Amino acid sequence: MSEKIKEYPGHPLSEQDISTGKVLTTKWRPKARYMYAAGVAISKFLEELKNGRIVGRKCRKCGRILVPPRMYCEWCFRPTDEWVYVKDTGRVVTAVISYIAADRARLEKPEIIAVIELDGASPGMGILHKLGEVDPEDVKNMKVFGMRVKAVWKPPEEREGSITDILYFRPLKEGEE
Amino acid sequence: MTRRVAIVGVGYSDFRPATPDVAFHEMMFEAAVKAYEDAGVNPRKDIDSFIACSEDYWEGFSIFDEFVPDQLGAVLKPVCTISADGMYGVINAYLQIRTGAFDIVAVEAHSKASDIVNMWHVMAFAFDPIINRPLKMHPYVIAGLEMMKFLKDSGNTEEHCAMVVAKNKKNAMKTPYASYGSIISPEDVLTSETLFHPLKKLDASEFVDGAVVIVLAAEEVARKLTDTPIWIKGVGWCTDTPWLEFRDWSRAVYAEMAAEMAYKMARIHEPAKQIDFAEIDDKFSYKELQHMEALRLCRKGEAGLLVEEGVTERDGDLPVNPSGGFLGVGNPLEAGGLVKILEAVLQLRGEAGKRQVPKAEVAVTQIWRGVPTTSGAVVVLGRE
Repeated sequence: MSEKIKEYPGHPLSEQDISTGKVLTTKWRPKARYMYAAGVAISKFLEELKNGRIVGRKCRKCGRILVPPRMYCEWCFRPTDEWVYVKDTGRVVTAVISYIAADRARLEKPEIIAVIELDGASPGMGILHKLGEVDPEDVKNMKVFGMRVKAVWKPPEEREGSITDILYFRPLKEGEE
Repeated sequence: MTRRVAIVGVGYSDFRPATPDVAFHEMMFEAAVKAYEDAGVNPRKDIDSFIACSEDYWEGFSIFDEFVPDQLGAVLKPVCTISADGMYGVINAYLQIRTGAFDIVAVEAHSKASDIVNMWHVMAFAFDPIINRPLKMHPYVIAGLEMMKFLKDSGNTEEHCAMVVAKNKKNAMKTPYASYGSIISPEDVLTSETLFHPLKKLDASEFVDGAVVIVLAAEEVARKLTDTPIWIKGVGWCTDTPWLEFRDWSRAVYAEMAAEMAYKMARIHEPAKQIDFAEIDDKFSYKELQHMEALRLCRKGEAGLLVEEGVTERDGDLPVNPSGGFLGVGNPLEAGGLVKILEAVLQLRGEAGKRQVPKAEVAVTQIWRGVPTTSGAVVVLGRE
């Protein structure tokens, strides 16, 4: 309320006002459905995930290996030249502990989401995925930065050519490459 | 502010009714590479600013702006997206160059209509949610309502509309980027399925996928880049009221006002005499007639007569939609205005091959944003 207006007429809307039809309501469920064409590069990327591999594209001019793959190099503005397989291991670039689900509900078990630079890809390139088997404390105390991780894949028969064919990335074990 | 602006490059991807094999950004890259090659520019070094035109609901992305830089060579450069037809992008590029801040600007627009599964539901989302949507109308009801009133008030007929369809589909037979060319008679149009009387199936354009990129430059730069700069002589745009309850249903007032704005700038006093050919919006057959009258290419009520007499044929005195228009090329959503400008540039350069119009010095291009809008833009282009 402002200084000049001490009281507005009426009362705030209640559930009852709506259920008894005192308030006009209109319902419209948008049926906006799309069939996104993944395109040349991402189709191959998904196909290879099904095979348990991560593929990128190399630009011969700047020498970068782009992951996820693209058919053009955004820096050199020319077509990329060849498919290159990169490893399913890498290094954490940044990470977050998410306590909230996509629908704003509180998660019972918080999730760790991370950007991972993959071995074999150019610096700063790789994958956005979840981290598993990582202590949230290691995120809070920033030990997660640079952490060496490896993909945990779904069993081959369950893969469907999706980013979720990788379940999550886990820390590399001692002596593991 | 007397800086002149020219179009120095055009490029387009393969236009097809469906493109399941490529992503939108791969299509954009193809169009961009061709346009930059045509202009002789390197986007990483030479282009100062980029404008992409898209509508989130067509794309199926929120804030589609973020998805455009890479494939245009625009990473870490000034980029903006206009939620409108590509012709608005060209007008904005023209104004950006006129400010003196930029010398070379690229404009992009595309259609991935085949990605949209529920086209009619997406379109119906443009209706007012409280007083229009509850009636559950197909969006093309709006076109039927307008066609009815336009024909009654102007004296043009359903037969004239059918002739427009036959002409445009025939023109499209010689246009390499057209998907819907065919040789049909007006009778075929009149006997096609009635959708929303008087609108029949063949009176409405079909959707098509494709991307177009246009490069514009300031005069001093344009002259260095090309021997055939195509000058932007006048621009105009206008939007009427959105209310379906009290808009003007017989005249395209938005097009009349946009054209007056562009004509004034281009010093066109007698469009029918000063303009050599027109590439105008024909998402529906009657729209070509209505827009001809709005752009003063003929007197009110005489558009149909001109079509009947063959004046608007490719070899007529005033060719209208020599490309085949949207009825022949397909309706490429927000890329529509760029397709109009693309065709006008090729014709004005004398590069239109088998479909070259005999005299091509000055052209008018015009776009309407489709149902249920009353928005549109006009660009006048010329060789001098």
